[in-house]
Amino acid sequence: MKNFGYTIQRDQSIDIDQNDRRIVNYLLSLEPSFNLCLGCGSCTGTCTAGHFVDFNIRRVHTLLRRGESKQLKTEMKKCMFCGKCQLVCPRGVNLRNLIITIQRAIEQIG
Amino acid sequence: MKIEGKRRIWKDYQKEIAEDRYFYVRSCVRQNFFPGSERTFLRIMKDELNKDVFENAAHTTCSGIGYHSDIVPFETVMTMVARQFALMTESGYENFTTSCITSFGLYTEILETWQHFPDVELRVREHLKKATGREFIVPKNLSHASDVIFKFRKEIANKAKFKLINKHTGKPIQVVEHIGCHYSRMFPSKGVGGAEYPYVLVGMIEDWGGEVIDYPERRHCCGFGFRQYLVQANRGYSLSCSKKKFDSMAPYKPDCILTNCPGCPMFLDRWQYALSEMEGITYGENGQGIPVLTYEELAGMMLGYNPWDLGLQVHQVPVEPLLDKIGIPYNPEQKFLTLDGMSIGKPETPTFLKFY
Amino acid sequence: MECQLGNQKPPLFLNFTEMKKRIIIIGGGIAGMTVAGALPSNEFDIILIEKEILPGGHVAKWDRLFPSRRPAKEVLDFVQKSMAKNVVIKTGSTITTIHRDQNLFTLHLNGEEPIVGDAVVLATGFDLFDARKKEEYGYGIYNNVITSEELEQIFHEGKKLTTSEGKTPQRIGIIHCVGSRDEKVGNLYCSKVCCVTGVKQAIEIKEMLPECEIFSFYMDLRMYDRNFEELYYEAQQKWGINFIRGRLSECAENPGHSLIIKTEDTLTGHPLKMTVDMIILLVGFVPSPETKRIARMLDLQTGQDGFLLSSDEHYNDNSTSVPGVFLTGAVKGPACIVNTIADARATALQIERFLITGISE
Repeated sequence: MKNFGYTIQRDQSIDIDQNDRRIVNYLLSLEPSFNLCLGCGSCTGTCTAGHFVDFNIRRVHTLLRRGESKQLKTEMKKCMFCGKCQLVCPRGVNLRNLIITIQRAIEQIG
Repeated sequence: MKIEGKRRIWKDYQKEIAEDRYFYVRSCVRQNFFPGSERTFLRIMKDELNKDVFENAAHTTCSGIGYHSDIVPFETVMTMVARQFALMTESGYENFTTSCITSFGLYTEILETWQHFPDVELRVREHLKKATGREFIVPKNLSHASDVIFKFRKEIANKAKFKLINKHTGKPIQVVEHIGCHYSRMFPSKGVGGAEYPYVLVGMIEDWGGEVIDYPERRHCCGFGFRQYLVQANRGYSLSCSKKKFDSMAPYKPDCILTNCPGCPMFLDRWQYALSEMEGITYGENGQGIPVLTYEELAGMMLGYNPWDLGLQVHQVPVEPLLDKIGIPYNPEQKFLTLDGMSIGKPETPTFLKFY
Repeated sequence: MECQLGNQKPPLFLNFTEMKKRIIIIGGGIAGMTVAGALPSNEFDIILIEKEILPGGHVAKWDRLFPSRRPAKEVLDFVQKSMAKNVVIKTGSTITTIHRDQNLFTLHLNGEEPIVGDAVVLATGFDLFDARKKEEYGYGIYNNVITSEELEQIFHEGKKLTTSEGKTPQRIGIIHCVGSRDEKVGNLYCSKVCCVTGVKQAIEIKEMLPECEIFSFYMDLRMYDRNFEELYYEAQQKWGINFIRGRLSECAENPGHSLIIKTEDTLTGHPLKMTVDMIILLVGFVPSPETKRIARMLDLQTGQDGFLLSSDEHYNDNSTSVPGVFLTGAVKGPACIVNTIADARATALQIERFLITGISE
């Protein structure tokens, strides 16, 4: 192929039509409180891990809902399971179970 | 798609287009990109429609490319544009018609600015007077040349030797229409049909027998974007925008793309070649591309002008498949000859894009 | 035309020997009817003027009400029944002119004898935003773009929700803030009730079509009133409605009339596109041209949002700068039914006090 000195940019939008939403459906079946998030960011605000590394559980959660799970494996390893997120959540989302379930989903779906 | 919904919007965006006596200003780049187009406009206006179209040899660039690349400041641009208005006034004309969409957008922007800030206009008049000794009257009517062709589309249809009909199937030619961003995106009321569902090209396509394709990325820019293209490292953005459009329109199997901007046909045409060379993609049937036309070229084709007089041989995406569909005759032997029979040279054959 | 509700019709020209004062209520929706019902009809002549053939306003077109999803008809019936038999209801009547002479108002109606009254109530309500103004959303152009009002009519008529091709939609987008909080259409204000209407309608679609995926595109979900938040909770917990925080940027039609919508998913910070079979536009409140016209005739003041201004937003929210002219309900801006009814009852008290004591504030 020829090289003209510039490149073709790939479409960066979230394509819900193309994305794999199996993980989110799996999570919803095992942890229905996943549905209750209102995206307020309390969890990320208090997250122990998030204060030291680039880890945004609110963002990971939202990405998952859209079927964006590319960096999920490395992201999930950042969680320390302290449970503060669950304490502050105004909707009572069971975040620890959520993270465990996500890890299980990664193992199963790959 | 409810066509009556579009028609209602079109009714809201009607603009006044002068009947005759046009002061015509050419584009800086079109004569290189699509060398037959402006000539064809003049030929149609003078020979077919018997209109008075005047050109002034002292006309220069409006510096719109410099303006949109953040090189030329607005004050300077306004003074240059004031000079073009002065040329019009000196030539005894009142109706200003531009060949270029960016010029049209810029003239519109300046006239709007002056309307809202009359002191700016006074200052520009002063600058122009000091620099050149010239004075001007603002145009009574400002139109883009595609507005003018739109206005006379029915007259052109009456004189046409061909229709936008596929002679093999008897069905209308499927056309993607694409207007330049500076035509009506900045001032929707200044374009025929507004910004969301522009009608200027649709009207031509419908009246000349074709059918318009409304595809999801119809509103997306061709990608030129001035700095996107002008800086080589950014050029990929320009290409990627065009690709987004091609990917979106391809499932509708368009027979051609019709444009009214200097940049859009350039990029929609040339990028098809670049994409084919970079990734091996072609968007037409059997390795063909989707031919891209200016409205003057299309009007000339309908009127039965020789395709090589229209400059169709300098397109990167060969236009022959479209000519064959409509049944417009052409002589392949003369494709790369000048009017007096000299060779203009032959381009390299592309790797993937089918060449004629 | 006069409805048969009044069995003893008072003479329309005020008889000065008669003690009864007359109140003219313009607008026969929930607001106007509640005012009529809350005023003591044995003490005053009450005339209700409605431009449509039937009273009831927007609520008459609605199927069920948020947050409880009770039928709208229940509330409408209640309000209608609250009006005494001697309230005169003139429907299909348009006001051509209003004259104020000292303390009396003379209203000219189309082709009828003028009516004279001691107090005038503007209960002319609102219009729904004309979604065609958001050209990029394609309402009136793309086959499968409908408004929240049209969806409500489908529910009301007991029809099944289908696409324009008669298919059961698999995925629906609900678009919040259409014509509200939008400077481009000149409406900076929030229409207040669309958020909860969108959540209510999402649930109702799920009740009708359990397999249908629903995505709500919002900027904020303003669940300000009692039981609204609970409805939102139910939408997430019980019905699995997807909420995406991002305003609809544009909409285009795919081959086959499905729609592709583009927005920013602000929570992930990415642009987002998706195909839906239909979109529902939650159209907001706009001041009606009729309200503006009547307000001009009475020299009433208008706020920047185009809705009418009362004497004082806190403690005189029903009287105006013109003594004897009162405002009630959505002429003053977006309002839900609960607030409208409370406001209308407050209006009735203020009018009564004005007509007895002459104090308008």
